[in-house]
Amino acid sequence: MSQPALINRYRWYELVGIYAGIFVFLAFILAPFVEGFLVSLKPLSLLFSSPYRFWPENGSFAAYRTMWVSVPGFARYIFNSFFVSIIVTAVVLALVVPAAYAFARFRFRGSGSLLAAFLAVNMFSGAVLLIPLFRLMRSFGVLNTYFAMIVPGVAFLIPSAIWLLRTYMMRIPRELDEAAFVDGASHVYTLRRVILPIAMPGITVVAITTFIGSYAQQFIFALTFNSKTEYMPLPVGLFAYFGRQEVVWNELMAASFVGIAPAVIVIFFLQRYLVSGLTAGAVKQ
Amino acid sequence: MSVRRSTLIFAWILLLPALLYVSVIVAYPLVDTFILSFTDASLKKTTKWVGTLNYDKIFNSTFAEVIIRTFVWTFFSVSIKMIIGTFGAVMLNAAVPGRALFRVLTMPPWIVPMAIGIFMWGWMYNGQFGMISGILQNLGLVDGPIAFLAHGSTAFWATIITDVWIGVPLVTLYLLASIQAIPQDLYEAAWTDGAGRFYRFRRITLPLLVPAMITMSMLSLIATFNSFDIIWILTQGGPNGDTTTMIIDTYRTAIGSKKYGEGAARAVVICIFLSIFCLLYFRVTHRLASGESR
Repeated sequence: MSQPALINRYRWYELVGIYAGIFVFLAFILAPFVEGFLVSLKPLSLLFSSPYRFWPENGSFAAYRTMWVSVPGFARYIFNSFFVSIIVTAVVLALVVPAAYAFARFRFRGSGSLLAAFLAVNMFSGAVLLIPLFRLMRSFGVLNTYFAMIVPGVAFLIPSAIWLLRTYMMRIPRELDEAAFVDGASHVYTLRRVILPIAMPGITVVAITTFIGSYAQQFIFALTFNSKTEYMPLPVGLFAYFGRQEVVWNELMAASFVGIAPAVIVIFFLQRYLVSGLTAGAVKQ
Repeated sequence: MSVRRSTLIFAWILLLPALLYVSVIVAYPLVDTFILSFTDASLKKTTKWVGTLNYDKIFNSTFAEVIIRTFVWTFFSVSIKMIIGTFGAVMLNAAVPGRALFRVLTMPPWIVPMAIGIFMWGWMYNGQFGMISGILQNLGLVDGPIAFLAHGSTAFWATIITDVWIGVPLVTLYLLASIQAIPQDLYEAAWTDGAGRFYRFRRITLPLLVPAMITMSMLSLIATFNSFDIIWILTQGGPNGDTTTMIIDTYRTAIGSKKYGEGAARAVVICIFLSIFCLLYFRVTHRLASGESR
């Protein structure tokens, strides 16, 4: 490690203060995960005993085995979550890549207000529009199918994806398109052969953030528009389990941890992209 | 001229799919909500036009109370998010060993499926066996178990805290990015002049962070106002409606009781508030942007 700049040298009490501050902050952020994990290790008898004990004495990973039996369809829920998120991501990309290119490259009358209109979609959550959406899904005949979650899910992920990709594409030098035009390339050819390959890293970031967004936010549409167990994504599947009279908490927590594992893996490998990606939607550029 | 026209057509062709999609799934439902709010739509086959009856109904009931509760809930949630988020951003900005790891550890509440984080809070709030009540008892701060979600006032705060928990990572990372965008020369110049760390924070970091804080609190306000999952999973608006915000209230009316018309009228009121926030947001960010370029 290189010596930190002189300005960044801390006295010992400053260091203590900073680490104490970070500890308190992270304790708040991570407490539910720590508690949830310890609960998943505790046998039920210990779980439902007073007084409260933080540490799991004679804890085991038994719940991680038994949960597959007591949450029937658990594997199916995870599959559904992945399946819905993958389709949503694919549809969002298909819609957003051309639109972002148009917003990044062409200025025409109304393009500014159209972009603002897209962003305004972000202001309305699915919950507000639930009634007409329910009727719309019913008239499409897709209630109780995967489409009931995919179709509305896509719409609310479009705005930030457009914003993020547009920002990325604006950084691609215009000279590249112009050179292609001078050589007689068509618009479509330029987009496909010149812009798309260069924009690939940006598209990847958008794909990751869209996937995470879709994986994290599967609740209200799945809860309202689908009542078939075999199509439930993980959060709703577990919610049904959560609502039962006697919740087997250690298994519920074990199931939750298996369910969040994919997201956690993504964080550790792709966090650099995620921070830039997820905050870009909010940063005005 | 013909080249420009073909370019224009190309641009519109690129935009059209996304535009159509959002029009059908977002814009049309928005209009439909408004129309439905003047009808008695329900599960019945026929729908009658009822004028402003739905609006008369909701303003005769406890709706005002729900609106006030929503604003109080949102106000506290956003304020606490901003306070904790600013604190976190400043702490994580310190150049100490391990900070890269600390930043990663900030993200989980935001990345994991929201519902699953909320289940964990559901257990923590459990009176008999949950962590919070358990620790408070072990420390001797309270006499008996507290079932946080069973009483109105504690449930109100419990849902706020969970909402804060989910919102804090975004606020923290956004403000952290903004702090790091502040030119380092400013700090070095102040440092050369003998300004202490706290003085530099108060006179450089804080003032230059204000625009980002305003932007973030507006975004957070809109997101919090729309919050549904947390309250629905933890309390479903109970006990005795003490955590019923406008969104929950609309969901209960429309989806629970199948009164689409009346639910739509409630949704319209939400949309009016959201539009005001949205206009405010565009105006504020516009002013901030033009202020910066001056």
